[in-house]
Amino acid sequence: MIDRIKLLFLIGGIVVCALVPPVAGAAGDDFYVTLFARIMIFAIAAVSLDLILGFGGMISFGHAAYLGLGAYAVGIFSFYGINDGFLQFFVAIVGSALVALVIGAICLRTRGIYFIMITLALTQMLYFLGISLEEYGGDDGLNTDRSEFIAGFDLYEEVNLYYLILGFLILCVFIMHRVINSRFGMVVRGCHANEDRMQAIGFPTFRYKLAAFVISGTMCGIAGALLANLTEFVTPEFMHWFRSGEIMIMVLVGGMGSLFGPAFGAAAYLLFEEWVPDLMEAVATGTGENWHFIFGPLLVILVLFAKQGLWGLIPDRSRRDG
Amino acid sequence: MADPILRVERLNKSFGGVVATHNLDFEVEPGEIHAVIGPNGAGKTTFVAQLSGMLKPDSGRIVFDGNDVTELSAPARSHAGLARSFQITSVFRNFTALQNVALSIQAHSGHSFRMWKPAATDAALNDPAREILEQVGLGARADILAANLAHGEQRQLEIAMALATSPKLLLLDEPTAGMGPEDTQRITEFLAGLKGTYSMLLIEHDMDTVFALADRITVLVYGRAIATGTPEAIRANDEVRAAYLGEEEAEIA
Repeated sequence: MIDRIKLLFLIGGIVVCALVPPVAGAAGDDFYVTLFARIMIFAIAAVSLDLILGFGGMISFGHAAYLGLGAYAVGIFSFYGINDGFLQFFVAIVGSALVALVIGAICLRTRGIYFIMITLALTQMLYFLGISLEEYGGDDGLNTDRSEFIAGFDLYEEVNLYYLILGFLILCVFIMHRVINSRFGMVVRGCHANEDRMQAIGFPTFRYKLAAFVISGTMCGIAGALLANLTEFVTPEFMHWFRSGEIMIMVLVGGMGSLFGPAFGAAAYLLFEEWVPDLMEAVATGTGENWHFIFGPLLVILVLFAKQGLWGLIPDRSRRDG
Repeated sequence: MADPILRVERLNKSFGGVVATHNLDFEVEPGEIHAVIGPNGAGKTTFVAQLSGMLKPDSGRIVFDGNDVTELSAPARSHAGLARSFQITSVFRNFTALQNVALSIQAHSGHSFRMWKPAATDAALNDPAREILEQVGLGARADILAANLAHGEQRQLEIAMALATSPKLLLLDEPTAGMGPEDTQRITEFLAGLKGTYSMLLIEHDMDTVFALADRITVLVYGRAIATGTPEAIRANDEVRAAYLGEEEAEIA
């Protein structure tokens, strides 16, 4: 059960997201539509990562791989002039799932620091694969058309794309809510707490962890396909380990192991990245690009003193939202 | 006499140069409580880890319920009817007592790729879990987070989780570890009540518990079984006395 105050935050978050386009439209400034679309895409990525990171205890340092895969599924079809969104998203989903299956099957044979390093290494391989694909722009990236779903639903209308992303976000969070509280979710959480114990009571844990890994990667692949649509551009940089780190930071900031926290973490991170440099510029010209200088210590403080992230700071009478 | 529920033949395990299990032969008869005692570092927990499938023996055979399980994984052995409780309490602290036991039930109710229905309200899991909690005397504590249970209650929950897997043999690794005399007494009585229903391999430091429960006792020293017999025979065994006496002298020095 989710606490009432947290439920208010959740509904508030959805309402804010839903109201951004009309408000920005009235103000004649589309900038915030794009920014919030980006926030929602990374919210999907962060929520998907939290399934394995926060609930499953699998510290994957390669989640950006699926962001890139989803993006390239859109980009490469678009390169050949195929803009059918259903086909693109289908391939993004199946492709991410298959790659997650292979990466997971390899990485989940290890634990701890080895798991982190292998997920990182395999993702960097994909990054360099992207760079080596001269056909598709190499490290210059690839310009991309937006997906076409049904006639009359034109994603070049920023608002249409925006609400498509919002729809996917709500869908993903709802799916995650069901998954985490299901029998399957209990197994994933149990593996995090004590995998030996799970095996001792009879769970063959590997297959469940692998399934969680695949679900997580697939969901992030959808985020990637949406990102390609938003930016109309794909680049290997989507798969860079730095991006994996950013998604991880969003989960940490929002609250590991909370369902909705990572979505708020994505918002906090991207808004910080947007606003703080401007503030710093206003104070002293030329300092804006050093915003990490402020973000770093704040992150350290948050991790030290609020282990459950921003979401955990919201007052709560129940034990855990799960 | 019926075939033993568990038969261990010439089991060996060493870590580098340290021999943890040496040519160990061991049996548990159906319905019997067979206790394993021995000084610290005798290899008792290593022995249980090999029986439960968490550690692979270097050589030897483990036959359980008529089948060779030496190569089986820990979850497969659980499904064969071997249940283990842990010396170091390893209940799931963020789950309620009920959820802990329900998880054990779930592990034995088909696959867990069920991703849509909430587990928390699943009567197929909760009803039998509640029954087992009642049985171990935790019925009133079902909805308390395991982390907030008293140490003794966590130990009871530990056993409840093992019972919930419908085992044929219970491997109990120091069920009274860290307990006060009252709790120890309570667990001893509870285990006595299970006697006959389950076969048990009991590892225990508390000699009162051992002698109150065990049908047979095996004494393990440096991975070897130096004696096996009835409690009376073990009590009278000179070698056993020497082993324990030796340990006490070493501790003083």
